[in-house]
Amino acid sequence: MIGKTLSIATAMGVGLAAVFAVSAASAQVKIGAVLSASGPASFLGDPEKKTLDIYVQDINAKGGVAGQKLQLVIYDDGGDANAASTFATRLVEEDKVVAVVGGTTTGSTLAMIPIFQDAQIPFISLAGAVQIVEPVRKWVFKTPHTDRMACEKIFADLKRRNLTTVALISGTDAFGKSMHDQCISVAPKAGITVAYEEAYGPGDSDMTPQLTKIKAKSGVQAVINTGFGQGPAIVTRNYRQLGIEYPLYQSHGVASKQFMGLAGAAADGVRLPASALLVADKLPDSDKQKSVVVSYQKAFETKTGQAVSTFGGHAYDGLMILVEAASRAGGFDRFKVRDEIERTAGYVGTGGIVNMSPSDHLGLDLSAFRMLEIKNGDWTLISDSGS
Amino acid sequence: MAEFLQFVFSGLTVGAIYALVAIGFTLIYNASDVVNFAQGEFVMLGGLITVFLGYAGVPLLLASVFAIFATSAVGFALYYFAIRTARGANAVSLIIITIGASIFLRGAAEIIFDKRFHSLPPVFDSAPIRIGGAAILPQSLVVLAGAVIIVMLLWVFIGRTLFGKAVIATSANRVAAQLVGIDTRVIVGACFALSAAIGAIAGILVTPITLASYNAGTLLALKGFAAVMLGGIGSGMGAMVGGILLGLLEAFAAGYVSARYKDAVAFLVILAILFAMPEGLFGKAKVERV
Repeated sequence: MIGKTLSIATAMGVGLAAVFAVSAASAQVKIGAVLSASGPASFLGDPEKKTLDIYVQDINAKGGVAGQKLQLVIYDDGGDANAASTFATRLVEEDKVVAVVGGTTTGSTLAMIPIFQDAQIPFISLAGAVQIVEPVRKWVFKTPHTDRMACEKIFADLKRRNLTTVALISGTDAFGKSMHDQCISVAPKAGITVAYEEAYGPGDSDMTPQLTKIKAKSGVQAVINTGFGQGPAIVTRNYRQLGIEYPLYQSHGVASKQFMGLAGAAADGVRLPASALLVADKLPDSDKQKSVVVSYQKAFETKTGQAVSTFGGHAYDGLMILVEAASRAGGFDRFKVRDEIERTAGYVGTGGIVNMSPSDHLGLDLSAFRMLEIKNGDWTLISDSGS
Repeated sequence: MAEFLQFVFSGLTVGAIYALVAIGFTLIYNASDVVNFAQGEFVMLGGLITVFLGYAGVPLLLASVFAIFATSAVGFALYYFAIRTARGANAVSLIIITIGASIFLRGAAEIIFDKRFHSLPPVFDSAPIRIGGAAILPQSLVVLAGAVIIVMLLWVFIGRTLFGKAVIATSANRVAAQLVGIDTRVIVGACFALSAAIGAIAGILVTPITLASYNAGTLLALKGFAAVMLGGIGSGMGAMVGGILLGLLEAFAAGYVSARYKDAVAFLVILAILFAMPEGLFGKAKVERV
């Protein structure tokens, strides 16, 4: 009796092992992604998801990387950092991915960092806050410009327009709060005074109380709104509704046509720092980024029918940096790939020209950011001389 | 002064929405003793159905009318398939059923529509009106007017028509109403449908201001419930007053205390009312014969 059970068990065991051996031999390389394709960050996460899908397919069609095909495992955290954390653990333990491109929001990225650091898996984040790469963590990189760079770019533009006293209105989400903190800390050096601050919840639908208080304060010459998602669109609408006359600056968290669709005519005159991708066709031909951004824009717009957004561009950069690192490393050994990502130099992406180093896991400088102004439902480029 | 006035305007606008949600709650509660937590979803459906029909090319007025009818049908379906079949279940079970229905409707909306935020063009596409240094959107006035008109129509319908009297009879004593020949199932079903229609109208009116998304209903239902508790459950006047008062309290809290805790106001109100005055401002204390 026991002998029969034992022999059946052994047979099953051998059978299972054989199945695993066969599947291991034909396994593709798994790349993980935890994105906020739904929820309040959906207009960041959805283009990111579409971009990864399009380009992984494209890469596989051209033969894969270092002779191996890529398999993309995507999870949707819905903008919830706790869900992101759970999915990160799943990617590490069940899917056994070799690298991760993802973390749409600062909140979800920060929640996942400890998991990928412990598992020693290269993680290229698509979120904004500077804490993601400062202090530098061995396995964590990022492609979007930092919130600190956004503050510096906005302050430079303000200084040029002789506007030195500003009010800050921030979302209480991780990115909004982080950029708020960064702006406060770099303001003195940039010669800007932050005279007044207000905050709103990322799910709020009415910011007129906060803006009313800002309007009542004398001496304010411009308002900066840090945050992403529906909040900035409502702030912009309320701003015009209250008839506040001085300039409104947004962050790169609104760099998508969806913001313009939600804010409507209220968005006219709003300035924001963003990557060259949004003004691809308006760039001079001599611009080094022009060919990359134009071809990404064409590919994305043709395949999805949606207007291009910088968030998809960051996902593209993240994937390409990973893929180029893997081909330099000759495979997907985690340690070699990580080292090669850190050696990325002169990579021309949608966000700028990337030069990473052991002390810089972002690789972009302030010139990678362009100042844009929204006019008549479209992005226009404000040159460095301010026109 | 301008600040105070601005907070009053914001408070009235959002209060009108809470009032409409609260009226929906009250209508269903009076007819069937059920607190319908899917009320917020009716508001969401009204807005989103109109938006998506608009995208498909349907003229907005037609889209709105269709959305109202569609949402009423959903309300009636909620009664017919969920509440009526649970006939005889106790109040708590019925409330849980409505919570389940709200989760279901939210999930369905997520799939049928999408997860983004959508807007509708306002009825009057003009600039904000300036009064005493504060600005009020024409759409806010539309919302307020809509709320007042709906309340008046409801009052006329309930007080002056035969059907309305049947509703009053059903809410006073269901068994007695049945004994005099009123089909209470039809009455309750109609109340669900009417309540859904009111929610849908509220959703359509407010989407140009607050934007619509698939999960907008949850918080709205909770705040509408807070308004109902404040005004006194079962009282139509209480629902209206409770909604406006809650909206004003929220706006003042956001303006004078801290904007971060705006959403907490509704919950603090529920706690305060339950501790101090459980029957609300206009409600009657429940008396039961033992």
